[in-house]
Amino acid sequence: MEPTAALRLCVRRRRLPGPSGSTVEVNLRVPSDVGCIEEVVDLILRHCCSGSWSSRRLRFNLRVAIAEALANAIVAGNHEDRSKSVDVHAELFADKIRIHVTDQGSGFDPATISAPLDPEELDRPNGRGIFLIKNLVDDVVFNPQGNSICMTLRRQ
Amino acid sequence: MGFSATKDRGVYIVHVDGQLIVGNRQELKAAVQEALDQGERKFLIDFSRTGYIDSSGLGALVSISKRVREQSGELRLSGLNEDLRSLFELTKLDTLFSIAETAEQALGSY
Repeated sequence: MEPTAALRLCVRRRRLPGPSGSTVEVNLRVPSDVGCIEEVVDLILRHCCSGSWSSRRLRFNLRVAIAEALANAIVAGNHEDRSKSVDVHAELFADKIRIHVTDQGSGFDPATISAPLDPEELDRPNGRGIFLIKNLVDDVVFNPQGNSICMTLRRQ
Repeated sequence: MGFSATKDRGVYIVHVDGQLIVGNRQELKAAVQEALDQGERKFLIDFSRTGYIDSSGLGALVSISKRVREQSGELRLSGLNEDLRSLFELTKLDTLFSIAETAEQALGSY
């Protein structure tokens, strides 16, 4: 097994909103290793969730959504190829948090993924990831190639 | 993050500490499979010390449930907080599993 590349973190904080309107930006380059997911989720929450963003429900929804998006990127996108990485870009605004997760895979068509919600399908072990993300955040957009997801969670 | 197993009143109980996610779900599946191989048939997975579960974790529970049923065993879940329960409700998995408020209540219902 190839050695795992290090996780790279860059955080920019502004007293006043920057050109995009955000006050905090977090950039992470994540190795294609599912063992990194927990650390990435913790880092984003630590840098982006304080004050009024610290409600239990917001933190929980964000945690699950980021973990899902990262797992999809590492496993389905990069096929756990250690030579590839996943880029995470998180932006904190006054009223929302926006997170982009981009892998180096060939992409997929999210319309082809359906969650097993019918009683006869409940035994299916996979297919719930995108469904969960769509239900836990306010807005989900994929790029045309299907290798990048943008998730927006608004402050209630 | 990890799992610990105990046995109480003939029920094999696995406590999930931290998270049940893509990075550790295989460990849980392996632990239950090993117990099944050793003849255990009554299982309880307790989430009272669990922060979150991702879709892979839910998928692992679905697989475990299937294996336990195939061996004529019983699987129950307990200790889901409000957030975790909402995941089961969203995915309709609350209809697939027998879920008790606490491990104690689950143990009393086998």
